[in-house]
Amino acid sequence: MTCLPTHTERKLGLVIDLDTCVGCHGCATSCKEWNTGGYSAPLSDIDPYGADPDGAWLNRIHSYEVGDGTESRTVHFPRSCLHCETPDCVTVCPTGASFKRAEDGIVLVDPDLCIGCKLCSWACAYGAREYDPSHGVMKKCTLCVDRIYNEHLAPEDRTPACVRACPTGARHFGDLGDPESAVSKLVAERGGFDLLGAFGYKPVNKYLPPRSRRDARTVSADAPDKAPQKQKIAAPTTAIESLFSWVDRALSR
Amino acid sequence: MHPAYSVILFTTASGAGYGLLVWLALLSATGVLPADRWLGFTGLAISLGLISVGLLASTFHLGHPERAWRAFSQWRSSWLSREGVAAVATYIPAGIFGIGWVFLERTDGIFAILGLLSAALAVVTVYCTGMIYASLRTIRQWNQPLVPWIYIALALATGAVLMLALIHVFGMESPWFSLLTAVLVGIALFLKQRYWSTIDTEKKTWTIGDATGLGKHGQVRVLDLPHTQANFIMREMGYAVARNHAEKLRGYVRLLAFLVPGALCLITIAPSALLATPAALLAVIAAGVGVAVERWLFFAEAEHVSMLYYGRPAA
Ligand code: SF4
Ligand code: SF4
Repeated sequence: MTCLPTHTERKLGLVIDLDTCVGCHGCATSCKEWNTGGYSAPLSDIDPYGADPDGAWLNRIHSYEVGDGTESRTVHFPRSCLHCETPDCVTVCPTGASFKRAEDGIVLVDPDLCIGCKLCSWACAYGAREYDPSHGVMKKCTLCVDRIYNEHLAPEDRTPACVRACPTGARHFGDLGDPESAVSKLVAERGGFDLLGAFGYKPVNKYLPPRSRRDARTVSADAPDKAPQKQKIAAPTTAIESLFSWVDRALSR
Repeated sequence: MHPAYSVILFTTASGAGYGLLVWLALLSATGVLPADRWLGFTGLAISLGLISVGLLASTFHLGHPERAWRAFSQWRSSWLSREGVAAVATYIPAGIFGIGWVFLERTDGIFAILGLLSAALAVVTVYCTGMIYASLRTIRQWNQPLVPWIYIALALATGAVLMLALIHVFGMESPWFSLLTAVLVGIALFLKQRYWSTIDTEKKTWTIGDATGLGKHGQVRVLDLPHTQANFIMREMGYAVARNHAEKLRGYVRLLAFLVPGALCLITIAPSALLATPAALLAVIAAGVGVAVERWLFFAEAEHVSMLYYGRPAA
């Protein structure tokens, strides 16, 4: 049914830390690998090793340059379906292939019902749905619905493939509808935000902002509390420690 | 937005077909058109033929055309589904109306009522088509209140141009219908001009800073795209081929879809059939080509908000 549920019991989603993400594309690769054999398999590529490769991916990692001068920085930005609470991508679907689950809020496409009209991809504000030309149906992030409840997997693997793969721990998975969950607390603590919040689709996934820069160029004498804490070295007690202490001072000059 | 060629063919052809159905029903119910078998057959064959060709064409761009019937199920939420339901529903009264006219040579009583019902459903179908686009908040140039009314105005105008050609080919004439057609074309032009000036002057709502949420940290620029080749999103939503020539193409639309057919309709008022009939037929060709270009431009000028992630500064 393409009418949206009025209420979902849980709001499963991702929290993505833009401060820690190093843009390695590991999550996207892991996603592709899992999902080409997963819920809506295959996730095909056309001419993958040729000059003009093309294919459906459910997760794309952008890299932006933000700001100018000393405060400028590179921000790596993974982008996938945000499992919005009130998205038009579901309601525009003429066949009922697109739906949002009442039990956990996951937005899915049923590959057996989809006619490949692409209207849902037009309705998504985030470019999160990609048409698979060789399968003739729409593909999107499933939040690894076939992993997170999968009792054949070890408990630590019952999490989305992207979260499991991220080498820097920049991706977190959990129930954003429960204010006591670890992800909700993380969002509150770090000031997590919505993409295009004013647009009105109410994304469930949240992004954590990059922290402000902390180094000699941005920290001045009149802001001592912001200065990186120098590790205090205890007064030397033995000759060998005196020697090291001298080496440390010499090297610090 | 990438123009879907089958959708352009569909909306142009079936729009004119639905418009013609409206005029056939109205003019026969009011007794302006005679209940002549061959007039009815030709008119309804062209109208229902254009509608059917359009509907068939619209399934060509589907990934799974064989599943198209599933699209009738979600009319509660989806304008595309509503369009499908209305399109099929129109056939039923239109079919009985056609049987009355062609086989019984009757366009009065129950046949008139069913004809008018099919005309109403035709307008509803075209309205649904317009709303498929107008309801998409992700595309500012489509998410305009005028959009469904332009679809209806163009369907009625192109349908009237077809009706006028039919009237002349069947050796009849109707100066007031010539005038009415020219007025309809004029109304459609007026709405389209209003539409263009709205989308040109309206402020863009969203920036790359809003899309990434990084705007408060400063200017956001693309450093690296996620991939080396264009992906589905960039090809489908990022189509920009015609945008530089938009002004020129708008000129062609003004000329072919509106000014030329409008002027030719006025020429059909001339008492000489030698002049009027070719003018009416030429108007059909000009309007057909003009509206197809208009539909193409409607896609090409549409900017999708998701392209912000790919570096478009505002949408
Ligand atoms: S991110 Fe796009 S595809 Fe995912 S729920 Fe939101 S609107 Fe739909
Ligand atoms: S492409 Fe498939 S899922 Fe998307 S709107 Fe069309 S039928 Fe529904």
